[in-house]
Amino acid sequence: MLNWLRWLPENVSTYGGDIDSIIALIWYSTAVWFVLTFGTIGLFLILYRRRAGRPAAYVKGERLAEALWVLVPVVMVLAIDLWLDFRGAPVWAKVMLERPPAALSIQVTGKQFNWEVVYPGPDSKFGTADDRQFDNELHVPVGKPVRLLLKSKDVIHSFFSPHLRLKQDIVPGRAIEAWFEATKPGKYELPCAELCGFGHSGMKGWLYVHPEEDYNRWVKEQWS
Amino acid sequence: MTTATAQHGEHGFWTTHVFSTDHKTIGKQYLTLGLFWAVVGGLLTYVMRWQLAWPETVVPGWGEIGPETYNALVTMHGTIMVFFVAMPILLGAFGNFLIPLMVGARDMAFPRLNMLSLWVFALASLLLFISFFVPGGAAAAGWTGYPPLSAKAEYTGVNWGMDLWILAHALEFAAFLMGGVNYLTTAIAFRVPGMTFSRLPLVIWQQLTATTLFLLSVGPLIAGAVMLLLDRQIGTHFFTPGGGGDPLLWQHLFWFFGHPEVYVILLPAVGLVLDVLPVFSRKPIFGYRWIIASTIVAGGLSFIVWAHHMFVSGIDPRLAMPFSITTILISVPFAYLMFAMIATLWRGSIRFDTPMLFALGFIAMFIVGGLTGIFNGSAPADIYISDTYFVVAHFHYTLFSSVFFGGLAGFYFWFPKMFGRLMNETLGKLHFWLTIVFFNATFFPMHNIGLAGMMRRIANPLQYDFLVPHQWINVVATIGTMLLLASQIPFVMNVVWSLVAVRPAPKNPWQANTLEWTAPSPPPHLNWGEALPVVYRGPYEYSVPEAPEDWLPQDRVLAARAR
Ligand SMILES: [Cu+2]
Ligand SMILES: [Cu+2]
Repeated sequence: MLNWLRWLPENVSTYGGDIDSIIALIWYSTAVWFVLTFGTIGLFLILYRRRAGRPAAYVKGERLAEALWVLVPVVMVLAIDLWLDFRGAPVWAKVMLERPPAALSIQVTGKQFNWEVVYPGPDSKFGTADDRQFDNELHVPVGKPVRLLLKSKDVIHSFFSPHLRLKQDIVPGRAIEAWFEATKPGKYELPCAELCGFGHSGMKGWLYVHPEEDYNRWVKEQWS
Repeated sequence: MTTATAQHGEHGFWTTHVFSTDHKTIGKQYLTLGLFWAVVGGLLTYVMRWQLAWPETVVPGWGEIGPETYNALVTMHGTIMVFFVAMPILLGAFGNFLIPLMVGARDMAFPRLNMLSLWVFALASLLLFISFFVPGGAAAAGWTGYPPLSAKAEYTGVNWGMDLWILAHALEFAAFLMGGVNYLTTAIAFRVPGMTFSRLPLVIWQQLTATTLFLLSVGPLIAGAVMLLLDRQIGTHFFTPGGGGDPLLWQHLFWFFGHPEVYVILLPAVGLVLDVLPVFSRKPIFGYRWIIASTIVAGGLSFIVWAHHMFVSGIDPRLAMPFSITTILISVPFAYLMFAMIATLWRGSIRFDTPMLFALGFIAMFIVGGLTGIFNGSAPADIYISDTYFVVAHFHYTLFSSVFFGGLAGFYFWFPKMFGRLMNETLGKLHFWLTIVFFNATFFPMHNIGLAGMMRRIANPLQYDFLVPHQWINVVATIGTMLLLASQIPFVMNVVWSLVAVRPAPKNPWQANTLEWTAPSPPPHLNWGEALPVVYRGPYEYSVPEAPEDWLPQDRVLAARAR
């Protein structure tokens, strides 16, 4: 219950570990502050509870020398905050900005209440005759960077893979890019994470991460 | 002062109790409406939580709920709690009641405008209430009302409910704009002699900052609401891509208002706590001027952080880090406020009366909420935790603690002044301990299940294989909710019993310094008799060495030397 990090689902993407380490970093820094502040409050409440014959001190905390007791911890908060951002920026860039060259492009279109997954087929081009659509099934090979083209037919949806640590809202009228590289074969859920109507609860697909040969066999079956 | 006095003529039953221009009556009316909505919003949580713990079963006392109903419940719970509970209680009730009494005014600057503010809010409440019963049911697009879901009836099946939801918001905003004009004018122009800005109680400073934030931020959202209504009613395309509109425009308008709005709720609660702490520590607040500066800095920063609600919304990803930095910076002024509260306890002489317990409860719970805010404010962490229950846990630790712990600290503290009756301390303490225990039982586990990936606004967690093993967390939170609701029984008993049984409150039961305690309990119409008090010093002069007692009211002449 208290060690929050144990609650994260298993990570199966190349960048998920970086996101987890940022969460862990914040968890440890905030845990220290939690202990310090709660400890101080508890101590003060016990030490300075009302007792006969002991009046409160007339301290206003206005002079700089007094205010430093509070300002120094505030500066420490600032330093830790900036450090967390400093550590976080490269992770954000890795997930959202620096997309490696993709081995495979797949278009995922959200609509009330399904994911329509379209593969460009052998010619690697969307909008041609060999495109193939699968509802709520996303098949990818393990260890290959995959590029997603996210679109919506109606309202805003959010493409979420808890195990990949990937979440991206999908806005109608835009084509939004995302990428991932799965590290472990398996079958993982793909829920929609943005309220999209009465069928939002239960709107989900499955991500199938195949070992390379299995993936090639699957491709052959579909496009033969 | 003459104009305000002249407007108050004779008053019969209706003008005294219903269509009153008296700021105290209006404050109590706001309080009543806010408490009514708190009951409605609270009961909705019972239905929602039951569904989440035991999906697709019959909710005792309600029946079965389908997914459409669940979406309406989620939407209305958020809307009610933010706009119809937090604002009317923290701003409407405390602002109206306290500002004239604490600055030494006989009423608000514009009493009739003030009455209009209340009745416009009442009309907004009526529309929102009706929206539960119209065909199609209440709004179901989330309290943030993101289009296109909110822009077309076909997407939710809700038609009338959504329009009423927009209208209720528009009227609510108008009500608080009118109130805000009054708050600012009264506190700036109607202060008694000697009440300089540097002697103004901090709760007034917080109310003024909150009001200013509201006035400056609400304009874009009102424009957004009009555009949304036009999209719905006459087929414009401000927010729908078909005709060239952009759904993200709404999110920018909403959150440009939305982040300042959370401070509109938070700051008055912080103010209540800042005024309660010195009284029960018998010590000046730690760093009065620094607190005011921090508040203003926080208010200013709140205008440049809004995109932290939109990290994964599809905005240009290069925007995220700048907004992540401003967001994380905002923890600095709030860290100052929290540390100053803690430092006020240092070398105090602390009394644990009910208002103090709730004030301490606010500090403790808000620290937890502030710390979890750092997770949300970090753009990379947010990729995973946005739209999960971690966020739900975070904003309940900040906002619920503001309204509940902050609001109740103020309620128990000023109840004797508002109603001229003392409350029962034993019931008050029982109320506090039950509330804080079951508050944590309800919301702490949401951090865990949020990190496990559970999404917000889903009606049935059992539809997801990865959540099934964690379902017991939902059961814990639901039982916590029911016990939290039951924990309010001692509060209701206490209020009713205090109002019925006559235990008259003295003028100044807590031996506090600020001006409202120099008026009778409850203060009469126009607050003071012939003469208004004159102010000689700041509001937190406790345990002054040269004073005869451990408190030194703002209006007392001290022979030796005036500080
Ligand atoms: Cu959805
Ligand atoms: Cu915000």
